[in-house]
Amino acid sequence: MCTYALEVERVRKTFTRKERVPRPAGKRTLFKHTKKEEVIALKDIDLYVPKGEAFGVLGPNGSGKSTLIRLASTLLLPDSGSLRIFGHDVEHDATAVKRLINRVSVDAAFFKKFSPIENLMYAARLYGMAPVEAKKKMRAIMTRLGLKESTFTQPMEHMSRGMQQKVAVARGFLTSPILLLLDEPTTGLDPHSKRDVQAFIREIRETENATVLLTTHDMEEADRLCDRIAIIDDGRIVALDDPEGLKARVPPKNGEKTTMEDVFIALTGRTFADAEAAKEVGA
Amino acid sequence: MKSTAMIREIRGAYAFVERNINLIKRYWGWELVWLIYSLTNALAITYIGNGMGAITGQIIDTQAVVKYLLVGALIWQYLSVIFYAISEMIAWERWEGTIEYTFMAPVSRPTHLVGTTLFAIGYGVIRTLTILVIVSAFFRLDLSDANILGAVLMLLAGSVSFVGLGIWAAVLPLLYPERGAQMTNAVAAILLLISGVYYPIETLPQWLHPIARCSPATYVIQGMRSCLLDGVETRTLLPTIGLLLGIGLAVITIGLVIFGRVETYAKRAGRLKRSG
Ligand SMILES: Nc1ncnc2c1ncn2[C@@H]1O[C@H](COP(=O)(O)OP(=O)(O)OP(=O)(O)O)[C@@H](O)[C@H]1O
Ligand SMILES: [Mg+2]
Repeated sequence: MCTYALEVERVRKTFTRKERVPRPAGKRTLFKHTKKEEVIALKDIDLYVPKGEAFGVLGPNGSGKSTLIRLASTLLLPDSGSLRIFGHDVEHDATAVKRLINRVSVDAAFFKKFSPIENLMYAARLYGMAPVEAKKKMRAIMTRLGLKESTFTQPMEHMSRGMQQKVAVARGFLTSPILLLLDEPTTGLDPHSKRDVQAFIREIRETENATVLLTTHDMEEADRLCDRIAIIDDGRIVALDDPEGLKARVPPKNGEKTTMEDVFIALTGRTFADAEAAKEVGA
Repeated sequence: MKSTAMIREIRGAYAFVERNINLIKRYWGWELVWLIYSLTNALAITYIGNGMGAITGQIIDTQAVVKYLLVGALIWQYLSVIFYAISEMIAWERWEGTIEYTFMAPVSRPTHLVGTTLFAIGYGVIRTLTILVIVSAFFRLDLSDANILGAVLMLLAGSVSFVGLGIWAAVLPLLYPERGAQMTNAVAAILLLISGVYYPIETLPQWLHPIARCSPATYVIQGMRSCLLDGVETRTLLPTIGLLLGIGLAVITIGLVIFGRVETYAKRAGRLKRSG
């Protein structure tokens, strides 16, 4: 049996997109000028996440975190290199991989006119779960995450973004994945709800021995939840260590203890204001 | 072991049936609009038959023209519902943004398709029967000479190809996130033009004839007319039914291959993503 939940070997991912170029001065043209632009989202990344670990990925906006998560969840295919999940190749053994994983992303996408129960039932059936058991489990998880029973059967479109995000978290955990891919699962949640979700992630790790791959912009969250953290910048891993090890790399300022935020800023070469500004634009 | 895998697939297929029924319930307003649209369309076309005499100033067997058009309108109604219901299997996920979650789930594309097809056929039959009932309040459609069994077989055989064409069209929203779904309208319109739904294909310019003969709808419509209007025996229909099943299987197989290729392409190019 394979000892790694996730193995990423020399993975490169490039996107091509059309970019608008300004039209030549003084000329009127019928069509917008576009040219093809290549974006290298991941530059030959290597990563090994052992079974049962909570592994964090931190990095500025556009550094390639979501791309990594999408590659691991079979939604993207690498240009070169390979990814294996519990020994199954993501590209060639996708169905086996899909049974072992689930993903929660910032973008809590649902059928908006359906209720949480209807949306989660759809997911449960797609994963081949028995309906009665699934229903029990989804109610339990949603209650555990602090959603009110009365919202379970109301259309999702009437829920606040944070509430929808909780349903998204519930959808991710419903199918008991042994590798959880969490792409900013707590973005948009109030501090209480954040704690709820974080406690739940810890609980699941203990009870089901699940492996977690987590990306977040909440430095404290990463510090608290993750056994090891990789910091990526511009598609490259610039540091990989446990939280204490990372903090030890950055000398304390003004006698205060180094925080994960200091580490982030020191290692990604950006000031806090830059990172915030990028977030505003990139959101 | 084998049977648990089977149960899993059945649950997966049912997910799509239930999802589509829920969509109808939640968007019943649209459903009503759609129904009115198809109904008035069918009526408008059939009234052309009634007006034939007045238009040409000649004595024409209006009844025959009306029957001819009505059968065309109803069959087209059924086939296009199948076509749209299948082609929307991806479009809905695009509109709602759930596409990544569905593609990440461990359901095979054939299971996805079986679920969608079961729904599409059930929905197509109900829709068409509803329109048939309403239309018969306007026109007398005398089916006493019709070969109903033959018609049902013919329609089922024809459904197979339209499921296949639906898969071809379902690929469009995978490739073109924004406008893909609208393109299916163009596909449907071309099929309507070339398949002899409201006129014999011989009416079309010569160069379109070979294309018309490639459209499975051409055979379904011809077959249905001979069953319903001429009461042709089932035995004589068998070659056409066989041909339709053959075309259908080929279209579905090619459709699944194209779909698989395009799905892989979409995953390479990053076309599944919406945001985040
Ligand atoms: N499907 C796609 N098509 C085109 N370009 C993409 C696609 N997905 C990501 N990219 C590009 O790849 C780069 C990495 O994006 P990614 O979403 O992985 O960043 P991220 O680290 O998750 O950022 P954020 O913190 O804002 O979520 C960006 O330049 C982005 O524009
Ligand atoms: Mg991201």
